[in-house]
Amino acid sequence: MVKTPIGEIIEICLLAGKIMLQSGAEIYRIEDTMNRIARACAMTESHSYVTPTGIFLSLQGEEQDLEQTKFLRIAWREIDLNKIVQVNEISRKMSEGELTIQQAHDALLSIEKAQSLYPFWQQLLAAALASGFFALMFGGIGIDFLSAVAAGGLGFLLYAKANRRIEVKFFAEFLAAFSIGALAYFFSFLGLDIQIDKVIIGSVMPLVPGVLITNAVRDLMAGDLVSGLARGTEAFLTAFAIGSGVAVILAVLI
Amino acid sequence: MNWTALYASFLATMAFGVLFNVPKKTLLSGGLVGMLGWMIYVTLTQELNINLVTATLAASFGVATLSQGLARKLKMPVTVFSISGIIPLVPGGMAYDTMRQLIENNYLEGLRLGSITLLIAGAIAFGLIFSGVLTETFSTRLAQKS
Repeated sequence: MVKTPIGEIIEICLLAGKIMLQSGAEIYRIEDTMNRIARACAMTESHSYVTPTGIFLSLQGEEQDLEQTKFLRIAWREIDLNKIVQVNEISRKMSEGELTIQQAHDALLSIEKAQSLYPFWQQLLAAALASGFFALMFGGIGIDFLSAVAAGGLGFLLYAKANRRIEVKFFAEFLAAFSIGALAYFFSFLGLDIQIDKVIIGSVMPLVPGVLITNAVRDLMAGDLVSGLARGTEAFLTAFAIGSGVAVILAVLI
Repeated sequence: MNWTALYASFLATMAFGVLFNVPKKTLLSGGLVGMLGWMIYVTLTQELNINLVTATLAASFGVATLSQGLARKLKMPVTVFSISGIIPLVPGGMAYDTMRQLIENNYLEGLRLGSITLLIAGAIAFGLIFSGVLTETFSTRLAQKS
Protein backbone atom coordinates (compact mmCIF):
# COMPACT_ATOMS: atom_id res chain seq x y z
CA MET A 1 0.00 0.00 0.00
CA VAL A 2 1.25 3.44 -0.92
CA LYS A 3 1.59 5.67 2.08
CA THR A 4 -0.63 8.72 2.03
CA PRO A 5 0.99 11.88 3.35
CA ILE A 6 -0.44 13.03 6.66
CA GLY A 7 -1.36 16.41 5.17
CA GLU A 8 -3.78 14.77 2.78
CA ILE A 9 -5.41 12.69 5.50
CA ILE A 10 -5.93 15.77 7.61
CA GLU A 11 -7.59 17.44 4.60
CA ILE A 12 -10.02 14.54 4.18
CA CYS A 13 -10.94 14.49 7.88
CA LEU A 14 -11.47 18.24 7.97
CA LEU A 15 -13.55 18.16 4.79
CA ALA A 16 -15.84 15.49 6.26
CA GLY A 17 -16.13 17.49 9.49
CA LYS A 18 -16.82 20.72 7.62
CA ILE A 19 -19.64 19.24 5.55
CA MET A 20 -21.26 17.71 8.63
CA LEU A 21 -21.00 20.87 10.71
CA GLN A 22 -22.38 23.03 7.91
CA SER A 23 -25.29 20.62 7.49
CA GLY A 24 -26.22 20.74 11.18
CA ALA A 25 -24.92 17.47 12.66
CA GLU A 26 -24.42 16.88 16.39
CA ILE A 27 -20.93 17.55 17.74
CA TYR A 28 -20.14 14.04 18.99
CA ARG A 29 -21.13 12.58 15.63
CA ILE A 30 -18.73 14.92 13.81
CA GLU A 31 -15.83 14.21 16.17
CA ASP A 32 -16.52 10.49 15.99
CA THR A 33 -16.65 10.50 12.18
CA MET A 34 -13.35 12.40 11.88
CA ASN A 35 -11.64 10.03 14.31
CA ARG A 36 -12.98 7.00 12.45
CA ILE A 37 -11.69 8.29 9.11
CA ALA A 38 -8.29 9.00 10.69
CA ARG A 39 -8.15 5.47 12.10
CA ALA A 40 -9.12 4.01 8.73
CA CYS A 41 -6.13 5.91 7.27
CA ALA A 42 -3.76 4.19 9.77
CA MET A 43 -3.21 7.15 12.08
CA THR A 44 -2.12 6.05 15.53
CA GLU A 45 -3.67 8.94 17.35
CA SER A 46 -6.28 11.53 16.47
CA HIS A 47 -7.88 14.24 18.52
CA SER A 48 -10.73 16.38 17.28
CA TYR A 49 -12.48 19.25 18.94
CA VAL A 50 -15.55 20.72 17.29
CA THR A 51 -17.53 23.81 18.22
CA PRO A 52 -20.43 25.26 16.20
CA THR A 53 -18.05 27.82 14.64
CA GLY A 54 -14.78 25.94 14.20
CA ILE A 55 -13.03 22.57 13.95
CA PHE A 56 -9.65 21.59 15.45
CA LEU A 57 -7.95 18.39 14.41
CA SER A 58 -4.63 16.93 15.46
CA LEU A 59 -3.26 13.74 13.89
CA GLN A 60 -0.28 11.60 14.76
CA GLY A 61 1.23 9.15 12.28
CA GLU A 62 3.19 5.99 13.01
CA GLU A 63 6.51 7.80 13.25
CA GLN A 64 6.83 9.83 16.43
CA ASP A 65 7.77 13.13 14.81
CA LEU A 66 4.97 13.06 12.27
CA GLU A 67 2.33 15.17 13.87
CA GLN A 68 0.06 17.83 12.41
CA THR A 69 -2.64 20.11 13.71
CA LYS A 70 -5.04 22.17 11.65
CA PHE A 71 -7.90 24.50 12.38
CA LEU A 72 -10.91 25.36 10.24
CA ARG A 73 -13.29 28.28 10.73
CA ILE A 74 -16.95 27.72 9.84
CA ALA A 75 -18.89 30.85 9.00
CA TRP A 76 -22.33 29.70 7.86
CA ARG A 77 -24.56 26.77 8.65
CA GLU A 78 -27.75 25.33 7.16
CA ILE A 79 -29.77 22.17 7.64
CA ASP A 80 -29.18 19.33 5.22
CA LEU A 81 -29.68 15.92 6.81
CA ASN A 82 -29.07 14.18 3.50
CA LYS A 83 -25.42 15.31 3.44
CA ILE A 84 -24.92 14.06 7.00
CA VAL A 85 -26.24 10.66 5.97
CA GLN A 86 -23.91 10.60 2.94
CA VAL A 87 -20.78 11.51 4.91
CA ASN A 88 -21.72 8.91 7.52
CA GLU A 89 -21.95 6.33 4.79
CA ILE A 90 -18.49 7.21 3.49
CA SER A 91 -16.84 6.99 6.91
CA ARG A 92 -18.48 3.61 7.48
CA LYS A 93 -17.28 2.28 4.13
CA MET A 94 -13.77 3.57 4.86
CA SER A 95 -13.67 1.78 8.21
CA GLU A 96 -14.71 -1.44 6.51
CA GLY A 97 -12.04 -0.96 3.87
CA GLU A 98 -14.48 -0.69 0.97
CA LEU A 99 -13.21 2.73 -0.12
CA THR A 100 -9.65 3.84 -0.77
CA ILE A 101 -8.48 7.19 0.59
CA GLN A 102 -8.50 8.74 -2.89
CA GLN A 103 -12.03 7.52 -3.64
CA ALA A 104 -13.27 8.85 -0.32
CA HIS A 105 -11.70 12.25 -0.97
CA ASP A 106 -13.38 12.50 -4.39
CA ALA A 107 -16.74 11.43 -2.95
CA LEU A 108 -16.50 14.02 -0.17
CA LEU A 109 -15.61 16.76 -2.65
CA SER A 110 -18.66 15.95 -4.78
CA ILE A 111 -20.91 15.94 -1.68
CA GLU A 112 -19.57 19.36 -0.72
CA LYS A 113 -20.33 20.81 -4.15
CA ALA A 114 -23.77 19.18 -4.47
CA GLN A 115 -26.88 21.35 -4.30
CA SER A 116 -29.42 20.56 -1.62
CA LEU A 117 -31.57 17.50 -2.34
CA TYR A 118 -34.76 19.47 -2.86
CA PRO A 119 -34.61 22.61 -5.04
CA PHE A 120 -35.73 25.92 -3.57
CA TRP A 121 -39.23 25.89 -5.08
CA GLN A 122 -39.92 22.50 -3.50
CA GLN A 123 -38.76 23.77 -0.13
CA LEU A 124 -40.92 26.86 -0.50
CA LEU A 125 -43.91 24.67 -1.37
CA ALA A 126 -43.16 22.43 1.61
CA ALA A 127 -42.96 25.41 3.96
CA ALA A 128 -46.24 26.80 2.65
CA LEU A 129 -48.04 23.47 2.96
CA ALA A 130 -46.57 22.78 6.40
CA SER A 131 -47.98 26.13 7.56
CA GLY A 132 -51.40 25.17 6.24
CA PHE A 133 -51.36 21.74 7.87
CA PHE A 134 -50.32 23.25 11.19
CA ALA A 135 -53.24 25.65 11.02
CA LEU A 136 -55.47 22.57 10.56
CA MET A 137 -53.80 20.76 13.48
CA PHE A 138 -54.47 23.69 15.79
CA GLY A 139 -58.16 23.49 14.90
CA GLY A 140 -58.44 25.66 11.78
CA ILE A 141 -60.74 24.96 8.83
CA GLY A 142 -60.47 25.24 5.03
CA ILE A 143 -60.16 29.02 4.79
CA ASP A 144 -57.55 29.05 7.57
CA PHE A 145 -55.58 26.42 5.67
CA LEU A 146 -55.49 28.57 2.53
CA SER A 147 -54.54 31.76 4.36
CA ALA A 148 -51.81 29.96 6.30
CA VAL A 149 -50.41 28.53 3.05
CA ALA A 150 -50.19 32.06 1.62
CA ALA A 151 -48.80 33.67 4.78
CA GLY A 152 -46.39 30.82 5.58
CA GLY A 153 -45.13 30.77 1.98
CA LEU A 154 -44.54 34.51 1.98
CA GLY A 155 -42.82 34.35 5.38
CA PHE A 156 -40.45 31.59 4.27
CA LEU A 157 -39.68 33.33 0.97
CA LEU A 158 -38.86 36.60 2.75
CA TYR A 159 -36.76 34.74 5.32
CA ALA A 160 -34.75 32.94 2.64
CA LYS A 161 -34.17 36.11 0.60
CA ALA A 162 -33.38 38.33 3.59
CA ASN A 163 -31.07 35.69 5.06
CA ARG A 164 -28.87 35.99 1.98
CA ARG A 165 -28.66 39.78 2.09
CA ILE A 166 -28.66 40.57 5.79
CA GLU A 167 -25.73 39.57 7.98
CA VAL A 168 -27.82 39.11 11.12
CA LYS A 169 -29.96 35.98 10.83
CA PHE A 170 -32.25 37.04 13.67
CA PHE A 171 -33.34 40.12 11.80
CA ALA A 172 -34.45 37.98 8.84
CA GLU A 173 -36.55 35.90 11.23
CA PHE A 174 -38.03 39.01 12.80
CA LEU A 175 -38.91 40.38 9.38
CA ALA A 176 -40.53 37.11 8.27
CA ALA A 177 -42.64 36.80 11.44
CA PHE A 178 -43.65 40.45 11.14
CA SER A 179 -44.87 40.06 7.57
CA ILE A 180 -46.75 36.85 8.44
CA GLY A 181 -48.65 38.72 11.14
CA ALA A 182 -49.29 41.65 8.80
CA LEU A 183 -50.61 39.42 6.01
CA ALA A 184 -52.90 37.51 8.40
CA TYR A 185 -54.42 40.80 9.58
CA PHE A 186 -54.68 41.98 5.98
CA PHE A 187 -56.71 38.86 5.06
CA SER A 188 -59.03 39.49 7.95
CA PHE A 189 -59.28 43.16 6.97
CA LEU A 190 -60.34 42.07 3.47
CA GLY A 191 -63.31 40.39 5.09
CA LEU A 192 -62.13 36.78 5.04
CA ASP A 193 -63.61 34.88 7.96
CA ILE A 194 -60.33 33.50 9.37
CA GLN A 195 -59.13 32.65 12.86
CA ILE A 196 -56.13 34.98 12.92
CA ASP A 197 -54.38 33.23 15.83
CA LYS A 198 -54.41 29.85 14.10
CA VAL A 199 -53.21 31.27 10.81
CA ILE A 200 -50.30 33.09 12.48
CA ILE A 201 -49.23 30.13 14.64
CA GLY A 202 -49.33 27.77 11.67
CA SER A 203 -47.40 30.15 9.43
CA VAL A 204 -44.51 30.81 11.81
CA MET A 205 -43.93 27.07 12.38
CA PRO A 206 -41.45 26.67 9.46
CA LEU A 207 -39.24 29.30 11.14
CA VAL A 208 -39.24 27.53 14.52
CA PRO A 209 -35.73 26.34 15.50
CA GLY A 210 -36.63 22.66 15.96
CA VAL A 211 -33.31 21.27 14.75
CA LEU A 212 -31.31 23.67 16.92
CA ILE A 213 -33.24 22.67 20.04
CA THR A 214 -32.86 18.95 19.36
CA ASN A 215 -29.16 19.28 18.63
CA ALA A 216 -28.58 21.49 21.66
CA VAL A 217 -30.09 18.84 23.92
CA ARG A 218 -28.15 16.02 22.28
CA ASP A 219 -24.89 18.00 22.53
CA LEU A 220 -25.47 18.73 26.22
CA MET A 221 -26.22 15.08 26.93
CA ALA A 222 -23.10 13.94 25.10
CA GLY A 223 -21.03 16.26 27.30
CA ASP A 224 -20.30 18.89 24.65
CA LEU A 225 -21.32 21.68 27.00
CA VAL A 226 -19.91 24.59 25.01
CA SER A 227 -21.72 23.64 21.82
CA GLY A 228 -24.91 22.73 23.65
CA LEU A 229 -25.08 26.13 25.31
CA ALA A 230 -24.16 27.94 22.09
CA ARG A 231 -26.85 26.18 20.09
CA GLY A 232 -29.36 26.60 22.90
CA THR A 233 -28.70 30.34 22.88
CA GLU A 234 -29.11 30.47 19.11
CA ALA A 235 -32.44 28.64 19.41
CA PHE A 236 -33.61 31.01 22.14
CA LEU A 237 -32.67 34.09 20.13
CA THR A 238 -34.49 32.71 17.08
CA ALA A 239 -37.62 32.03 19.12
CA PHE A 240 -37.32 35.52 20.59
CA ALA A 241 -36.98 37.10 17.12
CA ILE A 242 -40.09 35.28 15.85
CA GLY A 243 -42.00 36.22 19.00
CA SER A 244 -41.14 39.90 18.77
CA GLY A 245 -41.97 40.01 15.06
CA VAL A 246 -45.51 38.82 15.76
CA ALA A 247 -45.71 40.87 18.97
CA VAL A 248 -45.08 44.13 17.13
CA ILE A 249 -48.02 43.45 14.80
CA LEU A 250 -50.31 42.47 17.66
CA ALA A 251 -49.31 45.49 19.73
CA VAL A 252 -49.97 47.89 16.84
CA LEU A 253 -53.29 46.42 15.76
CA ILE A 254 -55.01 45.34 18.97
CA MET B 1 -60.07 11.62 17.52
CA ASN B 2 -59.91 14.46 15.03
CA TRP B 3 -58.96 12.75 11.78
CA THR B 4 -58.23 15.93 9.82
CA ALA B 5 -55.65 16.94 12.41
CA LEU B 6 -54.13 13.46 12.35
CA TYR B 7 -53.65 13.48 8.59
CA ALA B 8 -52.43 17.08 8.81
CA SER B 9 -49.76 16.03 11.34
CA PHE B 10 -48.54 13.34 8.93
CA LEU B 11 -48.34 15.74 5.99
CA ALA B 12 -46.84 18.56 8.07
CA THR B 13 -44.06 16.29 9.32
CA MET B 14 -43.33 15.17 5.76
CA ALA B 15 -43.20 18.79 4.60
CA PHE B 16 -40.71 19.49 7.38
CA GLY B 17 -38.68 16.55 6.13
CA VAL B 18 -38.34 18.37 2.80
CA LEU B 19 -37.33 21.59 4.59
CA PHE B 20 -34.60 19.71 6.47
CA ASN B 21 -33.43 17.86 3.32
CA VAL B 22 -33.95 14.33 4.64
CA PRO B 23 -33.11 11.52 2.18
CA LYS B 24 -36.06 10.75 -0.11
CA LYS B 25 -36.56 7.17 1.08
CA THR B 26 -37.04 8.28 4.70
CA LEU B 27 -39.67 10.97 3.96
CA LEU B 28 -42.60 8.60 4.43
CA SER B 29 -41.35 6.90 7.58
CA GLY B 30 -40.47 10.34 9.00
CA GLY B 31 -44.07 11.43 8.44
CA LEU B 32 -45.36 8.31 10.21
CA VAL B 33 -43.09 9.01 13.20
CA GLY B 34 -44.54 12.53 13.47
CA MET B 35 -48.08 11.19 13.20
CA LEU B 36 -47.44 8.64 15.95
CA GLY B 37 -46.17 11.37 18.27
CA TRP B 38 -49.22 13.52 17.61
CA MET B 39 -51.51 10.48 18.11
CA ILE B 40 -50.00 9.71 21.52
CA TYR B 41 -50.23 13.37 22.53
CA VAL B 42 -53.87 13.80 21.46
CA THR B 43 -55.03 10.48 22.90
CA LEU B 44 -53.46 11.22 26.27
CA THR B 45 -54.61 14.83 26.56
CA GLN B 46 -58.10 14.64 25.04
CA GLU B 47 -59.31 11.11 25.70
CA LEU B 48 -57.59 10.37 29.00
CA ASN B 49 -57.36 13.96 30.31
CA ILE B 50 -53.71 13.65 31.23
CA ASN B 51 -51.59 16.73 31.99
CA LEU B 52 -50.13 18.46 28.89
CA VAL B 53 -46.53 18.16 30.08
CA THR B 54 -46.80 14.45 30.90
CA ALA B 55 -48.48 13.76 27.57
CA THR B 56 -45.72 15.62 25.69
CA LEU B 57 -43.08 13.65 27.57
CA ALA B 58 -44.75 10.36 26.60
CA ALA B 59 -45.20 11.44 22.96
CA SER B 60 -41.62 12.64 22.66
CA PHE B 61 -40.42 9.38 24.21
CA GLY B 62 -42.48 7.44 21.67
CA VAL B 63 -41.12 9.50 18.76
CA ALA B 64 -37.52 9.09 19.90
CA THR B 65 -37.81 5.34 20.52
CA LEU B 66 -39.38 4.68 17.13
CA SER B 67 -36.68 6.88 15.53
CA GLN B 68 -33.93 4.89 17.25
CA GLY B 69 -35.42 1.65 15.93
CA LEU B 70 -35.72 2.99 12.38
CA ALA B 71 -32.21 4.46 12.52
CA ARG B 72 -30.72 1.11 13.49
CA LYS B 73 -32.69 -0.73 10.86
CA LEU B 74 -31.87 1.65 7.99
CA LYS B 75 -28.35 2.50 9.26
CA MET B 76 -28.89 6.25 9.38
CA PRO B 77 -28.41 8.93 12.02
CA VAL B 78 -31.32 9.10 14.50
CA THR B 79 -31.84 12.80 13.86
CA VAL B 80 -33.13 12.09 10.34
CA PHE B 81 -36.32 10.74 11.92
CA SER B 82 -36.51 12.45 15.30
CA ILE B 83 -35.96 16.05 14.21
CA SER B 84 -39.05 16.30 12.06
CA GLY B 85 -40.91 13.83 14.28
CA ILE B 86 -40.97 16.13 17.30
CA ILE B 87 -42.13 19.16 15.27
CA PRO B 88 -45.88 18.52 15.83
CA LEU B 89 -45.24 18.56 19.60
CA VAL B 90 -43.53 21.97 19.65
CA PRO B 91 -45.69 24.28 21.82
CA GLY B 92 -46.05 27.01 19.17
CA GLY B 93 -49.64 27.81 20.07
CA MET B 94 -48.86 28.06 23.75
CA ALA B 95 -45.89 30.37 23.11
CA TYR B 96 -48.13 32.56 20.97
CA ASP B 97 -50.80 32.78 23.68
CA THR B 98 -48.13 33.65 26.26
CA MET B 99 -46.95 36.55 24.16
CA ARG B 100 -50.47 37.71 23.45
CA GLN B 101 -51.35 37.81 27.17
CA LEU B 102 -48.17 39.73 27.93
CA ILE B 103 -48.96 42.30 25.24
CA GLU B 104 -52.46 42.77 26.62
CA ASN B 105 -50.90 43.45 30.05
CA ASN B 106 -52.25 40.22 31.58
CA TYR B 107 -48.91 39.46 33.18
CA LEU B 108 -50.16 36.77 35.58
CA GLU B 109 -51.84 34.77 32.81
CA GLY B 110 -48.77 35.32 30.63
CA LEU B 111 -46.48 33.95 33.33
CA ARG B 112 -48.76 30.92 33.82
CA LEU B 113 -48.81 30.10 30.10
CA GLY B 114 -45.09 30.88 29.75
CA SER B 115 -44.21 28.40 32.50
CA ILE B 116 -46.28 25.68 30.83
CA THR B 117 -44.58 26.45 27.50
CA LEU B 118 -41.14 26.08 29.07
CA LEU B 119 -42.15 22.86 30.82
CA ILE B 120 -43.46 21.40 27.56
CA ALA B 121 -40.24 22.31 25.74
CA GLY B 122 -38.33 20.64 28.58
CA ALA B 123 -40.57 17.57 28.34
CA ILE B 124 -39.75 17.19 24.62
CA ALA B 125 -36.05 17.36 25.43
CA PHE B 126 -36.32 14.87 28.29
CA GLY B 127 -38.37 12.44 26.23
CA LEU B 128 -35.52 12.41 23.67
CA ILE B 129 -32.93 11.96 26.43
CA PHE B 130 -34.74 9.15 28.27
CA SER B 131 -35.25 7.19 25.11
CA GLY B 132 -31.63 7.71 24.04
CA VAL B 133 -30.24 6.56 27.38
CA LEU B 134 -32.57 3.54 27.60
CA THR B 135 -31.90 2.28 24.06
CA GLU B 136 -28.18 2.84 24.57
CA THR B 137 -28.11 0.76 27.79
CA PHE B 138 -30.46 -1.86 26.45
CA SER B 139 -28.69 -2.39 23.14
CA THR B 140 -25.21 -2.66 24.71
CA ARG B 141 -26.58 -5.34 27.05
CA LEU B 142 -28.06 -7.23 24.13
CA ALA B 143 -24.76 -7.01 22.30
CA GLN B 144 -22.88 -8.30 25.34
CA LYS B 145 -25.23 -11.31 25.64
CA SER B 146 -24.93 -12.42 22.04
